[in-house]
Amino acid sequence: MPRVVYIDAAGHETEVEAEAGASLMQTAVGNGIDGIVGECGGSLACATCHVVVEPDWLSKLPPVSDMENEMLDFAATERQPGSRLSCQIVASAELDGIRVTMPESQY
Amino acid sequence: MQLIEGHKAVEPPKGVPVWDVDPYDPDILAAPEAYYADLRAKGPFACLPRYSVLVCGRYAETREVFSDWERFVSSRGVGLQDFSLGDPWRPPSIVLEVDPPYHTKTRTVLARAMSPRAVKGLVEDFRTAAHELVDALLEKGTFEAVEEFAETYPVRVFSAAVGLKQTDRRRLVDYGAMVFNALGPDNELRRAAMAKGPDIVPWITEQCARDRMEADGFGAAIYEAADNGEITHDEAAMLVRSLLSAGVDTTVTGIGNALWCLANNPAEFERLKADPSLVRPAFEEVLRFTSPVHTFCRTANVDTEVAGIEIARDTKILCVLGSANLDEEQWPGADRFDIARRPVGHLAFGVGIHGCVGQNVARAEMEAVLGALAEKVGTIELAGDPVWRPNNAIHALDSLPLTLKR
Repeated sequence: MPRVVYIDAAGHETEVEAEAGASLMQTAVGNGIDGIVGECGGSLACATCHVVVEPDWLSKLPPVSDMENEMLDFAATERQPGSRLSCQIVASAELDGIRVTMPESQY
Repeated sequence: MQLIEGHKAVEPPKGVPVWDVDPYDPDILAAPEAYYADLRAKGPFACLPRYSVLVCGRYAETREVFSDWERFVSSRGVGLQDFSLGDPWRPPSIVLEVDPPYHTKTRTVLARAMSPRAVKGLVEDFRTAAHELVDALLEKGTFEAVEEFAETYPVRVFSAAVGLKQTDRRRLVDYGAMVFNALGPDNELRRAAMAKGPDIVPWITEQCARDRMEADGFGAAIYEAADNGEITHDEAAMLVRSLLSAGVDTTVTGIGNALWCLANNPAEFERLKADPSLVRPAFEEVLRFTSPVHTFCRTANVDTEVAGIEIARDTKILCVLGSANLDEEQWPGADRFDIARRPVGHLAFGVGIHGCVGQNVARAEMEAVLGALAEKVGTIELAGDPVWRPNNAIHALDSLPLTLKR
């Protein structure tokens, strides 16, 4: 199973195993990772699953859709170059070991 | 072609039970839980001959039908009428009842106007208003919570957030109730709601005109998108009206239902007081447990298949969100109100591209209300029997006598 490393705002790392096909938002919620909320369930309506993806992994991700782009611009914590919504990133063998940092606040 | 309730009559698909029930019976609308349980027990779908529709209420299939906008479109109406076969009572909503690519344009404008950051700027105002209201109601002690709490709060704060200069509680609440009742069959509820139209609709239209809006609200942000050429000014006016049809009655219902849940589950209110970090998850559980929007339709736009059942093109499908949110398969202990459940994936706001675009606003309002209750109130008790107000798409209270004590 692909592994995902979630890093909280204080730098603390948690590694979890994801079901292939589950989003990084679902994986975080299912594993009780506090820094990701995912209130809208993945509808691109809340931006409460904002993460910053480490540069090495960024290029492996599918491009940001117009709607995700719009939501990221107005997320509660300022957008950064590696910002993505974790509901739009699907865990897979290619992304095994992906590292994402969570902002201090999601709303 | 035979039309029933404005859509094409369809034969029951193979393997789907025929069920003679009226989901729009006022008694079922007032207390739907037994109907929901029967619906789930029937299988993934049942066929209701009286309306010639399929109905689904298990979580997995409801979610599939409700979110797959390519097979199950919204542009043919999210009520019983099929807009491809006749004109609806009003021009269809240009965000709720349209498909991509057009939908992407209007939704983007609304999503930006009510973005997480825009909502963050309102949190303090919402909080202040909630504290004032709770203080006043604590003074009073016993009161009618639908009118004096659930309706009063959103009419005050949401109208201000939109930028309305004038409010009228009755018309704002009834406008939403009318739009939602219109999604049902041609029954007494729908006819009574529509009869109020001539009084309500011109007033709403007038309040949403650009020169009637404050310069810093959601409404102004939508008109700005028209200035930038993203949408026309007529479209902007329609989107502002959509805010009022979708954003008042729904949050009124959410607040009333939340108070009902807490009054009926004092131990959960004790947990909330002890741990205010449960305020946001508590609202999600209220939504899952009471589903303020209980049913919306989709229309099959292709011949397709769900859970092994063949569904013919043109079939209207009632997606019973209220039932899916109580499906034991998805939510163990589904009939228990548990504020720490964190029910991510509930369908109360819908899911996918048509998921409620104002859900951030609703959450901010509820966070303020539940936060004020947790901070200031000792006990919430029923002061009489709650009465539900049947509506073809909304599960709301009509009356909720409450006593608050410090």
